[in-house]
Amino acid sequence: MEKAKAEDRKTHKVVLGTIGADAHVVGIYILRRALEEEGFEVVYLGSVVSQEEFIGAAIETKADAIWVSSLYGMALLDAEGFRDKCTEAGLKDIILYIGGILTPTGEDWEWTEKQFKKMGFNRVYPPETLPSVPITDLKKDLGISG
Amino acid sequence: MKLFIDFGSTFTKVVAIDISNEEIVGRVQVPSTVDTDVTIGLQNAINNLKKETGIKDLMEKEALACSSAAGGLRMTCIGLVPSLTCEAAARAALGAGAKLVSHHSYKMTSHEIREMEKLSPDMVLLVGGTDGGDEETILHNARLLAKSKLSMPVVFAGNKVVRDEVVSILQSYGKYVECTENVMPEINVLQVESCREAIRKIFMENIIKAKGIDKVKAIIKNVIMPTPAAVLSGAKLLAEGWEDEKGLGELMVLDPGGATIDVHSISYGRPTKSGVVIKGLPEPFAKRTVEADLGVRYNATRLLETVGKEKLMNDLPIPVPGDRIVNIINSFHMNIGRLANTEEEISVETSMSRAAVEIAVERHVGHLEIMHFADGDILLQRGKDLTQLETVIGSGGPIVFSPNQDFVMQGVFFNSKNPLVLKPKNPTCYIDEKYIMYAVGLLAIDSPKAALRIMKQYLKRMGNS
Repeated sequence: MEKAKAEDRKTHKVVLGTIGADAHVVGIYILRRALEEEGFEVVYLGSVVSQEEFIGAAIETKADAIWVSSLYGMALLDAEGFRDKCTEAGLKDIILYIGGILTPTGEDWEWTEKQFKKMGFNRVYPPETLPSVPITDLKKDLGISG
Repeated sequence: MKLFIDFGSTFTKVVAIDISNEEIVGRVQVPSTVDTDVTIGLQNAINNLKKETGIKDLMEKEALACSSAAGGLRMTCIGLVPSLTCEAAARAALGAGAKLVSHHSYKMTSHEIREMEKLSPDMVLLVGGTDGGDEETILHNARLLAKSKLSMPVVFAGNKVVRDEVVSILQSYGKYVECTENVMPEINVLQVESCREAIRKIFMENIIKAKGIDKVKAIIKNVIMPTPAAVLSGAKLLAEGWEDEKGLGELMVLDPGGATIDVHSISYGRPTKSGVVIKGLPEPFAKRTVEADLGVRYNATRLLETVGKEKLMNDLPIPVPGDRIVNIINSFHMNIGRLANTEEEISVETSMSRAAVEIAVERHVGHLEIMHFADGDILLQRGKDLTQLETVIGSGGPIVFSPNQDFVMQGVFFNSKNPLVLKPKNPTCYIDEKYIMYAVGLLAIDSPKAALRIMKQYLKRMGNS
C-alpha cells in the first residue's frame, strides 16, 4: 500500500522513439500526447533511433520504461539484443514495450508476440492498438493506482 | 587608445587600437617568454610598439589580454554516457577555449583517478545525469575526486538534484567547486553558456596565477580569457552584428597556429537538403573545435604523421622532394620560433597549413549518412550542414603571414569526392589581415559596436577561387 502511494507520487519517465531506419513519427506523436496527459514525463527521441540512443537516454534520465515503435516491418532485426544491451548498461529490469507493424508480411500475431517476448520485451502490441491499452498496462507494471 | 594582447604559445602579439577613430595604430609580435618570465616578452612587445608608433604612453595599464600560453587551459571532463553528457561537457569546454587532455565516462575507477593525478589538468568539469535523472554516477565520481590528491578547481554542471550533495562532498575535502546549470538538462538539449562563463571566471581568477602569467598584471590590467574564447567571441560579434551595425551573417573562422588549429563556426547548420533526419546532440550555434595534431610548429611531426608525406607532396605550390619535406618539418619542430626562409621551406609550410585547414574543417563540419531501406533512402545528418555557408575568414599566423593565402584557404572548400562531408561549397573568403580577431573579442566586452566596425574595416576580401 505504501509502495503504491510512493509510486503514485513520483513522476514516471518513458523513453519513446521509432527504431532503426524508420522515419515514422505519427504513432509516437500520438503516444506522447496520451502519456503526457496521464502525467508521465516523455523523453521523446523521435525517429531513426538506434538501440544505443534509447539506452543512453534511459541511463541519463533514469527512465522507468522504454517504448519502441516500429512501422516498417524490420523490428525483429532492429530490436535484436535490446534487452541484453539494457542489461549490460545496468538497466536489466527496465520496462520494455514494443508496438506497431513489427513484421514485414503480417505473420501470425501469437508467433510475433512470442518472438519479442523471447527477446526480453515485457509487452508487445499489434498495429492500431489504442494508447490507453499500453498506458493501463504500464501503470500496472509500475504499481501505480488509477 | 587601448592595447590588446595575446600571449600565444609561440608569439606574444600586441595591437594598439584608437577606439574613437576606429583605427589600428600599430601592431607587433615577439617570441613568447612564458618559460622564463612572461613579462619579458610583454615588455619587449610594448617597447617595440612604442618605437613603431612613436607614442610614448600606450596606456598599457588599461590593456586587456587573452592567453593560450603555458599549455593553454587544460581540462578533463567527467560525465555519464559518452555520446550524451560527456559530449555536452566537451562542447562546453571547447567553447570556453579549453584543450581536453582526458575524458571519462560512467563511474570512474581509482586507476583513472591516478592517471588524472599524473596528467594534472588545470580544471575538471564534472557532469552527468539530466536534471532529475541519474544521480548515482555523479555522486560516485564526486566522492572519488574529493578523496583524491587532485587540487584543481571543479566545475559542477550535472544533475541539479544532487548539486548540494556534490558541493558538500567536495568542500568537505577542501576542494574548490563552482556550480553552473546542467550542460544537458534534458536529453538532446545543450545548455553550455553558464558553464563556459564559470570556466572563464576560474581561468581568470585561478589558472593564470597558477601558470605565473598573472605577473603581467604589474604592467597591464588583466588576462581575462583563453585566446580561443576571445576569437570565438569576436567571430560571434562579426556574424551577429550589434544593434544597428550589421554583421556578416553565418560564418566560419579558421585559426591555424604553431601548436593547434582552431575552427569556429557561427551558424545553425540546418540541413540544406529536404528529408534529412538530424541525429546526435545539437551543436552550439557558436561552435569551436581544436585539433592538437595539426599545429605547424610545436608538433609539426605529428602533423606529418596525420597528413602523410604523400598528400603533402601532392599539394605543394613548388615541388619539393619527399625527404626534404621530412627534413624541413623536423627543423620546424625543433625550432618553433623559426620563420620559413627558403622557397622550399615556404612551399612545405604552405602545404602543411592547407592540409591542417582541410582536415580540421572536415572534422568540424557535419556529415551525412545514407541509410538504405526497402522504401527508399534516408539521409541522416550529424553536426552542422555548412555547405551553403557564405563567409569564411582566415586568421592565424600560418594564413595571415602566408605568401600563398589562396592556396591555404582552398583547404576549406567542399570536395566532391567526399560529398557526405558538409564543407562550404562556395563561400566568400576574407583574411584577418591585421590578425586582430582576438582583440575584437576582447574589445567587444566594453565597446562591441566599435569592435565590430573595426573588424569589418580591416577584413581583406579575397577574389573568389
